[in-house]
Amino acid sequence: MTDFSLEPIRPSDWDAAAARHLLRRAGFGGPPDQVQALAGMKAADAVDLLLDFERTPTAEIPDSTFRKDIRRPPTAEERETYQRARRSQDEAMQQQLQQMRNERDREDREQLREIQQWWLQRMIETGRPMQERMTLFWHGHFATGYRGVEDSYHMFLQNEMLRQHATGNFADIVMRILRDPAMLKYLDNDESRKGRPNENLARELMELFVLGEGNGYSEDDIKEGARALTGYTFNDDTFAFEQNRHDDGPKTIFGSTGNWNGDDFARIILSRKEPSLYLCGKLYRALVNDAPGMPGRIEMRVVDALAKKLRDGQYDLKPVLRTLLLSRHFYDPTNRGCMIKSPVQLVVGSVRELGVPVRNMGAVNAAADLMGQSLFMPPSVKGWEGGQLWINTSTLFVRQNLLVYLMTGAGPDGGGDLGSWDPASIRVALDAATSGDRSRDADALLDLVLACEATPARREQFRSAVEALGGPLEGRRLVRALCLATALPEYQLC
Amino acid sequence: MTHTPFSRRIFLQQGATLASLTSTLPWFIQQSAMAMLSPDPRLSSRPGEPEDRILVVVQLGGGNDGLNTVVPYGADAYHRARPALAIGSPSAKDGALPLDDAQGLGLHPRLEGLRDLLDRGCLAVVQGVGYPNPNRSHFASMDIWHTGKPGGRDHGWIGRYIDCSCSGSPAADAEVAIGRSAPLAMMGAKANPVSFENSRLYQWSGKELPGGLTASYDATNRAGLLDGIDPGSQAAFLMRTALDAQLSSDRVRAAIAKAPLVTYPGTKLAGQMQSIGAMIRDGMKTRVYYASISGFDTHGGQAGTHGNLMREVGDALRAFQNDMKAQGNEDRVMTMVFSEFGRRVAQNASGGTDHGTAAPMFLIGTQVQAGVHGTHPSLTNLDDGDLRFTTDFRSVYATLMDRWLSAPGKGCSAKVLGTRYDTLKILRT
Repeated sequence: MTDFSLEPIRPSDWDAAAARHLLRRAGFGGPPDQVQALAGMKAADAVDLLLDFERTPTAEIPDSTFRKDIRRPPTAEERETYQRARRSQDEAMQQQLQQMRNERDREDREQLREIQQWWLQRMIETGRPMQERMTLFWHGHFATGYRGVEDSYHMFLQNEMLRQHATGNFADIVMRILRDPAMLKYLDNDESRKGRPNENLARELMELFVLGEGNGYSEDDIKEGARALTGYTFNDDTFAFEQNRHDDGPKTIFGSTGNWNGDDFARIILSRKEPSLYLCGKLYRALVNDAPGMPGRIEMRVVDALAKKLRDGQYDLKPVLRTLLLSRHFYDPTNRGCMIKSPVQLVVGSVRELGVPVRNMGAVNAAADLMGQSLFMPPSVKGWEGGQLWINTSTLFVRQNLLVYLMTGAGPDGGGDLGSWDPASIRVALDAATSGDRSRDADALLDLVLACEATPARREQFRSAVEALGGPLEGRRLVRALCLATALPEYQLC
Repeated sequence: MTHTPFSRRIFLQQGATLASLTSTLPWFIQQSAMAMLSPDPRLSSRPGEPEDRILVVVQLGGGNDGLNTVVPYGADAYHRARPALAIGSPSAKDGALPLDDAQGLGLHPRLEGLRDLLDRGCLAVVQGVGYPNPNRSHFASMDIWHTGKPGGRDHGWIGRYIDCSCSGSPAADAEVAIGRSAPLAMMGAKANPVSFENSRLYQWSGKELPGGLTASYDATNRAGLLDGIDPGSQAAFLMRTALDAQLSSDRVRAAIAKAPLVTYPGTKLAGQMQSIGAMIRDGMKTRVYYASISGFDTHGGQAGTHGNLMREVGDALRAFQNDMKAQGNEDRVMTMVFSEFGRRVAQNASGGTDHGTAAPMFLIGTQVQAGVHGTHPSLTNLDDGDLRFTTDFRSVYATLMDRWLSAPGKGCSAKVLGTRYDTLKILRT
């Protein structure tokens, strides 16, 4: 029977497998020695280490040096030039200006690719995996797409904001997202003004960000909320409240009337009970179990309890996350290895857990795109739906082939070299678990690599595969075995 | 051809011997006899769907110059706006190919392939296709065309159609795109296209490694659902998909490896069309295929580049249609050609054209009403130098959804597009 208790895991249940589960869900997994280190602590200390990441320095991650001026607003002088060229129908000048615009477009798209790769690198190298994991969660929750923003630096600024508040306070993040230039642009609030309110941001705030679809709001609430949000825009890289665009007349939202502004609107919807249930349900599906229909009737009890904690703490996230990540329910066998890795989890997790070289971050970033997850380019404001939608016959091949690439360098045109990566750290971990017996090595390798328990039939197949390699499981033979292990359908689970 | 649940049931009972014929079948073989008796949602469409009809979408990326594709040679304004780029009448040297003399319209001289298709009654031209408040950004306008929504933010129109036309989950290969990544147009809430740049990449690359891993890989990836795995779990889903992937890969690669019945040109687009032709010939259950070619962003030195592209497009589409005819599939395959926007009416100072708005679309197949449809946008009543569209592209989508992919009266274009768009009288169906 599934354990639905939010009581802390029993010390006797805290082992390497539990530590690996925590590291995979609250981060992106880690090498065997990191798993052992966590398993050697008390469970509560392991959770604290991940969650109270402020104690871990970030000095080893290089600071970004992204250009903020690619999309700067035109100077008065430049504006004058444009207008003159337009008025005089000076074709050559218009042509030149068009070329300059095209060049800036190109530079900005190039910078977005750099930012994508920078974030992937950061997720791989960070000593604060939970901070990056939660930043990725918020990116999917407050999904903002570059194509609707066309300003790479604003995408970066939003990412930094979400990182800074990754495990902070939900209500605070909502207030900040209402002031975020990328979001204001993405959902057209920069064009919303008194008399012509744009409903996009108000609608998504209710439907996707705070309340959840159909959770008690009406179309009138959206219209009134949109009026409250008029005038929320940005100037260059910072939020601006334009009083003359703001509709300061009375509005009625959820039955309460006043001269509300956008902050009041957010406060009114956050004062209800639905946001805590909605957010905790989403956190549950991201961190615990996203099987179809989850959280179901019984799991809802867990979400209810978490939601109460979130409300009691005025939307502070850490108490909720700490309780969840330490709970018996989180470590219950039904919740282990039951979720499909997102492309980013697959890429980052494989590098962190196996210690394979990244080889070429551009290629890895392109592979994430092929698998359906291009950072800063979610398919819609709903973010990535994930789960089974990550997988079809072509993305499954891309996933398997990416692992072959990381381990051997084999690309679309072959050229793999089994000697180009030394899996010594994996061999060390196997030594700790077995005595070098090949069939026991095979079992230990599956336990190390898979998040779910391999069935007897799978173990049998894999033992035969390892046997067929014809020698001790080390060096190139171990790389081959890992190519096979990571091509197992179950490798896609975490 | 209609599939009732009953006929499917019989099909399933015969399933074991037909295992090699369809990539989705082994999915069932593993289910209990009881489960096999209920129709599987992955294959079931709504009754009455003409499931044997196929749509092939060809995307011209970069913004194809509509005015030099379907040439208004009879209009003085065209020649005035493009002193260096305008194409003359069919009687002029290197002039347009005849299309509609009464309207003074011709085809680009390199579109001989399309001209042949017109002679065979297989080409429909829809003029002046666009949408209100045109966006001149490649990305933004392409997203609008892919989603069929003004903001360009939604799932794709084809993906939503597949979602809407299947009562359960769509079949694994309902949509196939040739290209590096799956086009937004094909992404649905449930629909998720198979995509590959070339069929060689549609398999496990570990097979190429020294040491022979293929047998071990096959043993695990072709095993399907293992004993002791809950059939409703994510693990079970992955095991089934892994098996589907092996069978689909075998099938696609075998299909594409076969020599085609006709000769295709050696161009990139022709290669994609040849692959699609091979998959159709193989009888895959795919409803929509997607091919794309880019390079149409002709800001400078347009004449030569555009001519080469026109030849590549026309010749590839002619070869494909010949292939369909040779296969006996020409009556059930329709090809739609589009670009994210046309170009400005006036040429620019670099012998090219800049981003514009409305442009013609092509529909190709034996079931089109051959000829020119719609109204050519005025070349004098311009919107800041750009053509005003005369046909909304979503009317073309609606026509294809309601009158090609779906049986009469069964279409769901209004649901997919969020608005009812009038269908056009451009098909014979």
